[in-house]
Amino acid sequence: MNAVAVVGFAQSPVRVREDATTGGVEMLVPIFADVFRATGLTKADIGFWCSGSSDYLAGRAFSFVQAVDAIGAVPPIMESHVEMDGAWALYEAWVKIACGEAEVALAYGFGKSSGAELRRVLALQLDPYLVAPLWPDSVSVAALQARLGIEAGLWTEKDLAEVAARSRAAAAANPAAQVSGDVSIEDLLSRPYVADPLRAHDCAPVGDGAAVVILASGQRARELCDRPAWISWFGHRIESGSLGARDLLALPPLGPAGEPAVDVAELHAPFTHQELLLRRALGLGGTVEVNPSGGALCGNPMFAAGLARIGCAAEAIMSGRASRSLGHATSGPVLQQNLVCVMEDR
Amino acid sequence: MEIAFDYTRSLGPVLGRFMTALRDQRILGARGTDGRVHAPPFEYDPVTARPPQELVEVGPAGTVLSWSWQPEPLEGQPLDHPFGWALIRLDGAGTALLHAVDAGSAAAMRTGMRVRPRWAAERVGSIRDIACFEPGDAPAAAPDADAAADTAAGQPSAEDDSDPVTMTIAPVRLRYQHTASAAESAYLRGLSDGRLIGQRCPACGKVYIPSRGVCPADGVPADSEVELPDTGTVTTFSIVNVGYPGQRVTPPYVAAAVLLDGADIAFQHLILGCDPGDVHLGMRVRAVWRPREEWDTTAETISHFGPAGEPDAPYETYARFI
Repeated sequence: MNAVAVVGFAQSPVRVREDATTGGVEMLVPIFADVFRATGLTKADIGFWCSGSSDYLAGRAFSFVQAVDAIGAVPPIMESHVEMDGAWALYEAWVKIACGEAEVALAYGFGKSSGAELRRVLALQLDPYLVAPLWPDSVSVAALQARLGIEAGLWTEKDLAEVAARSRAAAAANPAAQVSGDVSIEDLLSRPYVADPLRAHDCAPVGDGAAVVILASGQRARELCDRPAWISWFGHRIESGSLGARDLLALPPLGPAGEPAVDVAELHAPFTHQELLLRRALGLGGTVEVNPSGGALCGNPMFAAGLARIGCAAEAIMSGRASRSLGHATSGPVLQQNLVCVMEDR
Repeated sequence: MEIAFDYTRSLGPVLGRFMTALRDQRILGARGTDGRVHAPPFEYDPVTARPPQELVEVGPAGTVLSWSWQPEPLEGQPLDHPFGWALIRLDGAGTALLHAVDAGSAAAMRTGMRVRPRWAAERVGSIRDIACFEPGDAPAAAPDADAAADTAAGQPSAEDDSDPVTMTIAPVRLRYQHTASAAESAYLRGLSDGRLIGQRCPACGKVYIPSRGVCPADGVPADSEVELPDTGTVTTFSIVNVGYPGQRVTPPYVAAAVLLDGADIAFQHLILGCDPGDVHLGMRVRAVWRPREEWDTTAETISHFGPAGEPDAPYETYARFI
């Protein structure tokens, strides 16, 4: 199996974008230009393209086809799509290179989360017979998980506010972040509940954005990047789709067993308590820098935020800030699906 | 923009029995090889992947395992006043059901509270046959007395299978705010002024109308505007003979690809004002605009295209657009 490394990453600022369509083109064109400029590649060098987005979010069928305009697909390209976060598109691209079917691949994800009632759109990912007809929205369902943790003694509302405050402080250095800055725990805890026991700061803001990651095989990666982020482990786990049959506080071990600790971890936790659950499931100790970007709590463009986590973790290696890093992406309700990509300097 | 669709789903043997029982105000679970009774039932055992051996009756009362509070209910949810969401373990079950609890206030909700179903007055075999749960232990008064469940929790279920529920309808309605891109806006504003505005790619020089912002061949912004005439050539067409809901023109009529003079891509429009049988490739057509007072930022500002009364365009002028 070929060695594969991340050699480039770019993301758009996460904002409520009144200038951007659900087709994603306006958000993708600038970041494709960014990542090509950084790597010296052109579209002709990309052997495989894969995107992640959602028709339910866009409100139209085959919405990902419109995004292909941003590529300029003449002459024809080899292209695929997942109706999931772009992190899963990256997984498909990784497989393509690992199997020797491409040398350089580009994965992208985009979502205009503000175009619809996101909480209601996400209700449609629940069981279509037994749960979705009740329209339980994503925030209310996450709140059920948060309360289980409070009553099990795993965290308090103050612990959750601390996660939010730490994330926002870290995001001050991230120009892509949608929210950032210093906030006091007392102030956060004085705010009203959005879905008791969750307050607004416990929930990722609704924002639009896109992200792109370029992968290259062992032969090409060193030509394209001084410090490629070599992928040492890539894993995907799916929990039961039945919310009531699953222990919502018990995630299986999500990362590789018996490997050295990472320096940096970027976790896709759209809710504060989920960061705490993920830290445990990934066995992250106190020395690991978690979400130096501010994480999804400071910018969560649907279908791009997970890919951006892996991109930020790769960036930590490419920039020399870390020797080993971990990027995580989630999909489905309350951390039902988890994808983990571990990268290292070699 | 509102998008709505009634998903009509077949239920299969397990959920069919579950929904049939709900209609009769009874709740069924499936005994799993993990030692738990799953309510609602699984269709395939999570351990062995086999269909359940038997369905057993559970509840109808249960215990709240976790809850959250919905201060402002959203469209489609079970109640239109503030309510609790809860994971409810029905008596006799080992898993939880997600549903709404009509508790009045968040202060009345707590983990461990006892709740019972409030049945919908009209039941069709749907999870919404349970209108919601309400605080309480004893079975709630049944809307129709003869169907009141004499519960035997944990016992194999014997049900009346004379009129089983086999289908369920789940209406979905979502609202979207579609943003017009800068390029689309220029095109739509042009229409409201009676003009056709396209864009030229700075790389390949091709002209796109309606404007699409980015050249799909080069992936670069096509940012220079070009005004085009309202005459063009039919490059292909079909005659619509089939009616459908929402159709605005009575069949038969022609939907065609029209290549405006000076454009490098054809766009679809109606050809009216002649016999459908007279429409042909290479036919020259001209836009028929709605009356001046109806011009607006919408594609409907051009009612349709009609015969321009000119000789056909030579084949080589449109061959590469077919």
